[in-house]
Amino acid sequence: MSLPPETMAALMPLHMAIGPDGQVVSLGPTLAKVLDPGEGEGASFAQLVEIYRPRAVSTVPELLSLAGRKLQLRLRGRAGLALKGLAMPDGHGGAVLNLSFGIGVVEAVRRHALTSSDFAATDLAIDMLYLVEAKSAAMESSRTLNRRLQGAMQAAEQRAFTDPLTGLGNRRALDHLLQRLIRGGERFAVLHLDLDHFKQVNDSRGHAAGDRVLQVVARTMLDLTRKNDLVARIGGDEFVILPLGLTDRDRLSDLARQLIARIEVPVPIESGTCQVSASIGISLHDPDCPSPDGVAGLLAQADAALYAAKREGRSRHAFA
Amino acid sequence: MHGLLARTLQCFLQDTYGAGTWAEIARRADLDSPDFEAMLNYEPATVARVLEAAVLRLDKAGDAILEDIGTYLITHPNNEGLRRLMRYGGIDFIDFLHSLEDLPGRARLAVADLDLPELELCDRDGGAFELICRPRRSHPRGLGHVLVGVLRAMADDYGALVMLGHAGESAAHERIEITVVQTDFAAGRSFELGGAPPRQVKGG
Repeated sequence: MSLPPETMAALMPLHMAIGPDGQVVSLGPTLAKVLDPGEGEGASFAQLVEIYRPRAVSTVPELLSLAGRKLQLRLRGRAGLALKGLAMPDGHGGAVLNLSFGIGVVEAVRRHALTSSDFAATDLAIDMLYLVEAKSAAMESSRTLNRRLQGAMQAAEQRAFTDPLTGLGNRRALDHLLQRLIRGGERFAVLHLDLDHFKQVNDSRGHAAGDRVLQVVARTMLDLTRKNDLVARIGGDEFVILPLGLTDRDRLSDLARQLIARIEVPVPIESGTCQVSASIGISLHDPDCPSPDGVAGLLAQADAALYAAKREGRSRHAFA
Repeated sequence: MHGLLARTLQCFLQDTYGAGTWAEIARRADLDSPDFEAMLNYEPATVARVLEAAVLRLDKAGDAILEDIGTYLITHPNNEGLRRLMRYGGIDFIDFLHSLEDLPGRARLAVADLDLPELELCDRDGGAFELICRPRRSHPRGLGHVLVGVLRAMADDYGALVMLGHAGESAAHERIEITVVQTDFAAGRSFELGGAPPRQVKGG
């Protein structure tokens, strides 16, 4: 049986008809498009394509010994395109080699500006291109959602660790960092600070004035500490400061005195000013001799030192 | 209902009328969050509320807004990816019409849980067609009007001269009448298979 060339071209736009001597008799129109200009009919099939799997072949009998097998090959010349192939005898001593771009179709279409009319209507290549584009669009949409969710999660975490009134860390942020520092085996100090005379401000000047004082005190504590230190509000007028890397008793005393002096500066409010002071208890975590109760023990030590400072007359600091 | 449909409504209103107008419509519709996510699911009633709020705010008929959404889907630069996917339907507008019955299947290939109404194309004499759209209960009302907008925009995209319009709806289906006068009336917009925008690779 011999088919008219236009039938072969329409059914198999990527085929190559090969005579018994290995000469290319005709080429499908799409294959002609991807070959270098001037290449093609008249050449030997082995000059146009390099068949390398299951094994290298260069003559028609060798090619037909692989009839019905999946062939892997690449175009010689500048394109170097990888293709899949299937060769079968043509009934007259020659062979028909039909080719496909396989999953390289996206790249091939782009590189050679192919259109849907370059593929047989039965070829799934166009559907595959469709699928690639559709999947990319769907993935992009999915990734956008993930990015937004990640941002929302970070914002929620941030909120969960923040005291809304002062913007300082909260109890949760303190516990989190304390556990990390203890696990890391670091030596560090805990300053437990409690405002003196705050209750009077709240009772006599109102909650708005009290809130204003807390905000100003928070600002003061942030000013006197470094960026990576933690300042947390853990109760109405109770704060904890973790000055990272600062464990020298003299320097801690300096910091405590500075804090108290600055907190005692009168705070302007709508109807005049208010004045508070602060007492501070300081405990030190020594990784070689840790508190048996961990985080709670360390805070209890600082708390005990704080009450010692209060008993001694307030507006001062004490060490555990 | 699939979030893609809800998100489309939001993007259309934002891109066409501005973020402020969208925020106002979202407020009138009493949305929990002023953003629909394309990959989540929503109650059809929520989307219907947004459309009602848009009708009031824009002082425009619901069917006209829906048809504008269809046009927006094909013509807005933000939706170039979708226009390309639609152009895979065929080499000219008639070919494209013949591919419409495959559309719900193609959509599912891209997004497995995206359920579009069934479509049926009937040939009439003299280049005339009737397209039947069969929405399910889970679909928002009026997808036929969106389809009219899509078809008009696709006819322009192919450069075809076409007359088409919504021809009524019953409980079970909506009908669209289409007459193709000339498939190569104007130049249309280009579509190259290899012309897909480069895939965006964004970190984090």
